[in-house]
Amino acid sequence: MKISGARMVIEALKLEGVDTVFGYPGGAIMNVYDEIYKQDSFQHILTRHEQAAVHAAEGYAKVTGRVGVAMVTSGPGFTNAVTGIADAYMDSIPLVVISGQVPMSLIGTDAFQEIDSVGISRSCTKHNYLVTDAAELPRILKEAFYLAATGRPGPVHVDIPKDVTAQIAKFDYSKPVELETYKPTIKGNARQIKKAVAAIAAAKRPLLYLGGGIISSDAAYEVREFAKLTGIPAVETFMARGVMGADNPLLISMLGMHGSYAANMAMSETDLIIGLGARFDDRVTGKLSEFAKNADVIHVDIDPASISKLVNADYPIVGDVKNVVEEMTALVRGKIDPERFAPWLETVEHFNKLHPLSYAEEPGVIKPQWVIERVGELLGDGANITTDVGQHQMWTAQFYPFSRPRQFVSSGGLGTMGFGFPAAMGVKSGDKERVSINITGDGSILMNIQELMTSVEYKLPVVNIILNNQFLGMVRQWQTLFYDKRYAETDLSMQPNWVKLVESFGGAGYDVETKEQFDAALKDAVEKNVVALINVKVSRFENVLPMVPSGGSLFNMMLEYKDK
Amino acid sequence: MQNERRVVSVILQNEASALSRITDLFSARGYNIESLTVAPIPESKYSRLTIATSGSVRVIEQIIKQLHKLIPVLRVYEHADLVEKEMALVKFPIAENLSEIETLCNAYNGKIVNVGNDMIIAMVADEPKRVLHYLEAIKRFHPKEIVRSGTVALER
Repeated sequence: MKISGARMVIEALKLEGVDTVFGYPGGAIMNVYDEIYKQDSFQHILTRHEQAAVHAAEGYAKVTGRVGVAMVTSGPGFTNAVTGIADAYMDSIPLVVISGQVPMSLIGTDAFQEIDSVGISRSCTKHNYLVTDAAELPRILKEAFYLAATGRPGPVHVDIPKDVTAQIAKFDYSKPVELETYKPTIKGNARQIKKAVAAIAAAKRPLLYLGGGIISSDAAYEVREFAKLTGIPAVETFMARGVMGADNPLLISMLGMHGSYAANMAMSETDLIIGLGARFDDRVTGKLSEFAKNADVIHVDIDPASISKLVNADYPIVGDVKNVVEEMTALVRGKIDPERFAPWLETVEHFNKLHPLSYAEEPGVIKPQWVIERVGELLGDGANITTDVGQHQMWTAQFYPFSRPRQFVSSGGLGTMGFGFPAAMGVKSGDKERVSINITGDGSILMNIQELMTSVEYKLPVVNIILNNQFLGMVRQWQTLFYDKRYAETDLSMQPNWVKLVESFGGAGYDVETKEQFDAALKDAVEKNVVALINVKVSRFENVLPMVPSGGSLFNMMLEYKDK
Repeated sequence: MQNERRVVSVILQNEASALSRITDLFSARGYNIESLTVAPIPESKYSRLTIATSGSVRVIEQIIKQLHKLIPVLRVYEHADLVEKEMALVKFPIAENLSEIETLCNAYNGKIVNVGNDMIIAMVADEPKRVLHYLEAIKRFHPKEIVRSGTVALER
C-alpha cells in the first residue's frame, strides 16, 4: 500500500489502537490534520494550548496505562509542548508526541516557525526522531510506541517535516520492532532475588519502600500480596499513592519532605529497605549522608541507572517490579512468619500514635485539609484525583484516602503548575465512569485556565476544587519559615470573579465559605456533569506539615509551627 | 571521593544525532569530557567513540549506565587495562633545528611528515601522557600550531 506520510500517521495510530489524540494544528502539521479530518478511528481533542494537549495525554496515559498521544505543529507549537514532554519524562509517563517541522529544504534556514525541535527534546525524552523519509515513518512510529511503553516508560518525540508528510511511500506496519541496541531487562537475576529474600528473612525491621514504578508496571496488587504474606510494613512515595490502599493496615503513609512522622521515622529506623520502583529522590531522602543509616538496601528497578545512583544498593535487582515481586512472593510463601515482625510493627504504631498526620480545626474558617478529607468521604473510590503543584498537592497526597493505583495523577518530578486541569481532562477521557476531580490552588489553576473551553466543548466535566488562600502557598510557606516573612511576589489577593469566569465558558461556578456550602457545591457540580470551579476560601496561613527542611535529615521534622 | 581519569568506549549506531546525544548527556549531567574521538567501524552500521573522562567511582558508574540507557548505544566498555594512543601534529618554522626535532619525534613514535617553504609539520603518536611530554619538550623550537587528536583505546 502506497500512501502519503500524513496518512501513514493516521494508519499507524489506528493500528496502535489509539482512541484519543490531544493536539493543536498549525502550518507544518496541516497535512496530518487534513487526514485527521477524513478519518474516524480516533477522536481528536483540540485543547486551547499545546502544553495542555501534552498534560491531557499524560493524564490519559496515567489513568489507562496506555500510551498517550499528543500532536502539535512546529516552532511555538512544539516549544509550548516542551513543558508537558519534560513532565512526562520526569514521571516516566509513556507518550508519543508528534510534531510538524518545516520542509526539509528549509531546515537550517531559520524559516518561519522553525526550531530545532529534536535538539530541544533530546534531553527530556526517552528517545526522539527527525523523520527524513516517509518510507521510514512506519518503522519509526512503531518504534516510538514500543519505546514509550516498554522498559522504563517515557515520552518519545517524532518530528516530521511538512514535505515528508506529503511524500508517497510504501506503508508496511507488520514488521516487528527490532532494536539491537535496546533490550530492557524484565526478569530479575534469580540468584540476586534469592539473596534478597534471605536478607528479608534475616531482617528485624524491614520496610517496603514503594515507588511509582509499581504503578507503571501494574504491580500494586502483587505488592499488596507480598506485604500481607510477609507482614512487612510499607511507606509510599508521592508517586506511589494508591499502591497499598489507604485502609491497608501495613501502610504507614507517605514519606519524604512532607511525609508523615511515622513513615520518616520508620525509614530512619529500618534495617532493610526493600525499594520497589522508587528512585531515592532528594524529596524522599533528605540529607543523603544521614538517610537510613542502619539499613541495607534491596533495590528493584527496571532502569539500571536508578540503582546505586544516590543510595548504594546491597542487593541490586534490575528487572520489572511485577516480575521480581512475583518471584520474591513465590520464595517467601510459607517461609516467613508474618508474626516475626510484630515488634517492629508495634514500634511503627508507636510512631503513628506519637504524631499522626493531623490539622487543627478553627471555628469560622475552612481548613484546606478538611476539604480533601471531605472529598474522600463523599467520593472516595468513585473519583480520580489530579492536582496542580504546591500546598494543595501535598495535602492531597497526605489526606486523600487513595484506594487503588492510577487513582492519583499529579506532577511529581517536574512539579509543573498548570498540570492538574488538562491532566484531569485526559483522565476523564480515559475513564468516563468516574468523577474527575482536580484539586488545585488559586495560583496553579490560572496557568491553564483556557482549558475551560476544551472541557466544555468535549464534555469532559472536570470538577476543579480551588483551595484558595490568596497566596502562592508553598512559596509563601518557605518565605514564612526561611525568609523572615518577606512575601516577595506571592500575595495573590488580586483575583478574578471565579463564578463569572467559568460561567462565561459555559461551566458552573461556586464560591464557598462554609462546610455546608462546600458539600452542596460538590454535589451540584457532580450532578450537573459540567466543568466546574469550586472556589473554596481556606485559612490563609496554613502550612504543610510535617516538613523536612530542604537538605535536612529525614528524622528531623518540623512537626508544628507556632507564629512568634 | 577521589576523582580518577577513565577511558570509556561506546559502540553506537551511525545516525545523524547519535553524537549529540552523547555530548548532551555529558553536559546535562555535569560530567567532564577530557577528550572525545569518533569514527565509523568499517563494514558495520556502528561507530566507535572513545571518551576520556574523570570523576569519582560513583560518577563513572553513572556515566556508563546513562550512556547505556541511550537508545542508539549498543555497548559501553570501561577500560581498566588498555592500550591508549593519541596523535599530535605540530608545525615548526623551517629555520629551527630540524635534526633535533626529528630526533625528538623519533623518541615518541613520530617523524616529519610534511616540508613546505617556511614550515615543516611533524607528527607523533603515543600514550597521551607521553604526547604531553613531547609537547613540553618541543617548546624551545617555537611551534606555530599544535593539534591533538584526542585519545583512542583498545582493551588488551
